[in-house]
Formats: sequence, structure tokens, C-alpha cells
Amino acid sequence: MAGNVIELHGVSKTIHDHDILHDINLEVRNGEFLTLLGPSGCGKTTLLRLLSGFEEPTTGKIFIDGKDVSGLPPHLRQVHTVFQSYALFPHMTVFENIAFGLHCKKLPKNEIESRVAEVLKTVKLEKYTQRKPDQLSGGQQQRVAIARAIVNRPLVLLLDEPLSSLDYRLRKTMQLELKQLQRKLGITFIFVTHDQEEALSMSDRVVIMHEGGMEQIGTPRQVYEEPQNLTVAKFIGEVNIFDSRILAIDGKRVTVDIQGKQRIAKTTREFTVGEKVNVLVRPEDLRVLDHSEVDDTTDMFPGVVEEAIYKGTTVDLMVRLSNNKVVASTQFFDEDDDRLEYAMGEPVWISWLSGWEVVLPHEA
Amino acid sequence: MKHDNGFKYFSLGTIWLWLTVFALLPLCLVILASFFSHNQEQLVTAPFTFENYLNLFNPFHLTVKIFERSFYIAGLSTIICLVLGYPFAFFIARMRNGWKGFLILLVIIPFWTSSLIRTYSMITILKPKGMLFGLTHHTIHILYTDMAVLIGLVYNLLPFMILPLLTNIERLDQQLIDAAKDLGANRFTTFTRIILPLTMPGILAGCILVFLPAMTIFYIPDLLGGAKSILLGNLIQSQFLVSQNWPGGSAVSIALTLLLGVLLMIYWRSKRDDEATELL
Repeated sequence: MAGNVIELHGVSKTIHDHDILHDINLEVRNGEFLTLLGPSGCGKTTLLRLLSGFEEPTTGKIFIDGKDVSGLPPHLRQVHTVFQSYALFPHMTVFENIAFGLHCKKLPKNEIESRVAEVLKTVKLEKYTQRKPDQLSGGQQQRVAIARAIVNRPLVLLLDEPLSSLDYRLRKTMQLELKQLQRKLGITFIFVTHDQEEALSMSDRVVIMHEGGMEQIGTPRQVYEEPQNLTVAKFIGEVNIFDSRILAIDGKRVTVDIQGKQRIAKTTREFTVGEKVNVLVRPEDLRVLDHSEVDDTTDMFPGVVEEAIYKGTTVDLMVRLSNNKVVASTQFFDEDDDRLEYAMGEPVWISWLSGWEVVLPHEA
Repeated sequence: MKHDNGFKYFSLGTIWLWLTVFALLPLCLVILASFFSHNQEQLVTAPFTFENYLNLFNPFHLTVKIFERSFYIAGLSTIICLVLGYPFAFFIARMRNGWKGFLILLVIIPFWTSSLIRTYSMITILKPKGMLFGLTHHTIHILYTDMAVLIGLVYNLLPFMILPLLTNIERLDQQLIDAAKDLGANRFTTFTRIILPLTMPGILAGCILVFLPAMTIFYIPDLLGGAKSILLGNLIQSQFLVSQNWPGGSAVSIALTLLLGVLLMIYWRSKRDDEATELL
């Protein structure tokens, strides 16, 4: 079954005169791992509730498996949710929790038992069938919640920040397990999170949401390396933003003016000469060079090291430029520079490779 | 810290002393009295006997019939309270606007007036030419029937059903109900498989709080049920105050206490099971 498992056409949602979602157009491909990423209050959970049927869109239509689902209550939809706090039934054992959906479908007892056993094996919980949820650890509860949903073989599995209550180490493990599980089952996952690292590492495609709208949809690489606007760039990872102006255009190469210095930048966007732009450089692309290392400083910016934070694999620097702007730079240890020692107040030059920046129309 | 402890022991000690003098001691006296005989001259007299208890098990004795009837009336009023109270508590508990506090207040307001006075006022409502039936041409006899006793009991005890249910249902996690629906449960299944089991502690607490007083409130059957309606509470009262049979009344009291104790133990057992699993 190829194509789109879910389609949203012009979906908006207003609750008590508050615009929660506006004009969402989204196509979810069959079998993909799609992440809705955005800060809290951006409408991502509401979008999930529209899909599960707990809310109805104010305008627009939702299609699941090609069928218009408006007015269809949650228990008749072929999507299942893994809730943020798991919502396991506390009075039921692991087995009963997982079998609940199958009981609702009135399946024969032996089929229920074999399907529950199968899914318990998938999530590695065979030993815990008779435990109650509160006798399980956070990670085990998480697995029960997933098992309880996937045992029904949904078309789409909706996951509402399912990892947010786990500690860092367990979250990492579960990220990997979830991704592997999704590959194995081939079920479409729609995953909601506010954690950009989680979104990038797990998803096939990421939807960046902001204030009820979709800012960008694309692969993790696309949204990170080619953000469509400042909102996306600021939300995904850290970014240094330079106010700038277009001086000349030569095909895909533009000459920009940054703090009085001219640099060549590469872009696929259309600009006009004289237009105000923002030039974006990721901290890991920003090079910090000490005075002894450089001769030609025509396209470099002078600054002073303000803070150096040792992170184990990297050293994070805060550099104050001559115009008082502070930029962040992440330095990696490599064969050229295995010490990476910086003193506070040390004068440095900063620069980046031409083409590694992103040029966007100016936004305030 | 030492000062805090002093206050702790003072506080606990006062309550202990109070309950020992005014609850434990009288209870011991009642137990003692229940094993004595009774005659016209003296309230309590020798010899020591089990007759008072044996009477309770004599099927031809009035007490057994009254026990049965009391159970029946109290059980029926408990069921009516539950059926009326549960949906009410459910909807109030899940309200999110300002009406919630107001409605809970309405449930509590009757407590501000003595229940005895409220029961008297029910006579004027229920009597044949009273406020309720005054406009009809037929004479409807509700006052001085079991129906009136039931109405009185349900009216007086309904808040004791609603309040524990309310606190229990308020703690019910909406996500669990959402999860049930999400997994394909219709409203009936969601109610029977999720909501009902999870609110069972509230149901049990409410039933006990209604059933226990319903067995023993003597003035409601007295006022609304007339002379024919004798429940356990009335029996104990009349044995002590009318026929002056203290040993007999004591035996009935103790039997009732034991019975209710057993019910409470059943409740605690069900609750402890819950807590035990929570601790693990």
C-alpha cells in the first residue's frame, strides 16, 4: 500500500476564539516516521488529537486511508495513541492492558492470547505479563503503552511526547528502540516532541510547527541545513545570525556585507541588490582562529574569547565581536588542534567556509 | 524537636484519654451488660447469661425479623443513593467551570440544619393533604409507610454517598478514559471496564457511609414510618428507653456493631489490596 496514509486539507482549529491551528496541509506517507516538532503551545498535541478523533477540526478535512473521518469518534478510527503519561489502566495487569483493544473488538480468546504474546515478545516484556503497571519501571511502562497500541495493528501510531518523562539515558535507549520497532513493524509513526535532537535523530521527516502553523516540512538534514526561515533556524539547533545586505549577485553566488566586510555566500533563493538579509552560521561551522594562525584577515571578524566551556568531545566558545555581538562556536578536537585551549579575553579571528552559511530574507 | 514531641504526645494523649473514657469504657459496659439478665425492678441483674444473644438467632423472635427488615430498608436506600448519587457526582466532578463549587455547596447546605428538623419538615410535605399531594383529588398515603422511610433515609444520607464518590471521581485521570476510547472501547465498555473499577473505592466508601447510619437512625422510621415501622435503631432505642431491657438492647447493639465491623473489614481489605499494589 503506497501513497499517503493521512491527508489534512486546510485544517484549522479554534477553541474559545483562540486560534490553535490554522490552515494545516499535510500529507503523511505510508510507513514513514514523521515528527511534529515545536515548542509547547504550538498546537502539535491538538493536531494529534484531531487525528485520533478527540477533537474535530473547525474547518478543513482529514482523510485517513483515503476516507474522510470527520465526525468519526476515536474508538472507530484505525489510529492509536501512546499517551504522554502512558495512561496505562492501573487496575489491570500488563496482559489485560495489552489485550484491552482486542477485547473491544470481541476477538476469540485464543487469538487475543497469541497476539498479546507476540507483541510482548516484540517489546521484550514476556516476563511481566501478570504485573500491574505500578510494579513496572518507567521504561517498561513505556513499552506496555506501545505494545497496547500496536497489538491492534493500527494504520498509524500517534505518540504524544512519550519519552519526555524518562531520564536522559533511558530516553536515548528508547529512541533507538522506537526507531527499530517502527522499521520492523512498518507502521506509520507520528511522533510529537519539543526535543529537536530527538526529532532529528529518529525521523524520516520533521514538521516544524510554530504558533499553530507549519513552518517547514522536510528531512532532518533539510530542516537543519536549509531552514526556510529564522523561526526554524532558531528552533533547530543553535545559530549565529548576522545582519547583512546584498551587495552583488552572480547566479547562485551573492556578495554580502557583514560588519563592513565583504563575503561571498551561496544561496538558491532570489534576492535583489541592496536587500537586507540575515546570514546564518551554525556554531559548529564557525571557525575560531588565534592570531598566530592567520595572515589574510580580509573576510574574518575580530573578537575576544568571553567564555570557553569544555564539553568532552567539543569545546564551546562564546566570542564577543568588535560590534559587541556575541557569537557561539563549537570546536572539535582533531589532529590539527588536539588541545583547544583558549584563555578568557584572548583576541581571536572568526570565520567560516564560504557556502556553509544560509542566507535568508531579513526578519526582525 | 523535643518541644514538637511534647505537643505530639499531648495531642495524641488527650484524644486517647477522651476516647477511652467516653467510647471504650461505655462499650465495655455495654458488652458486660449484654451478658446479664433483666427483670422488672432492676435494669441489669445476675445471673450471667447468653440468652440475650441466643434470642437474636431465634427465628421466631421479633429481633430476627427486625434485623432482616433493617437490612432490607438500609440496603434499598443505599442502592437508591448510589443510583442517584453516582451520575450526579460524576458530572459535578468533571465540571471545569465555576458551577462546580456552587453545586457542591448545595449538597452541603442541608447539613447546616438539624437532620431531625428536616425530617419533621418532610412530614408536612408527605402527608396526604400536604405540600406534595395537596393539589391532587386522590388521597395518596405515603406518610407512615416504608416508602416514606426510604424517602427520608435517601434524602438524609444522599450527601454521604455523593461526597466520597466526588473525591474519588475527581482523581480519575481523563487520559485513562481517552486511552480506552482510543483503543476501541465504546461508552458502555469504557464505563464498565475502566470507570467503574477505578471508582470502586468511592462506591464502597459511599455505600458504607450510607448503609451504617441507615441501619441505626431511629428517628426517621419513628417520624416517617409511624408505629408499624420498627428498624434496628428503633428496637435498641425502645429496649433501653421503653421496655427498660438494657441487657437485651446491649446484645442487639453489640451484634450490630460486630456486623458492621465485618462490613468495614471487607472494605479495608479491598482498599488495602489497592494500597499494597501501589507500594510495590
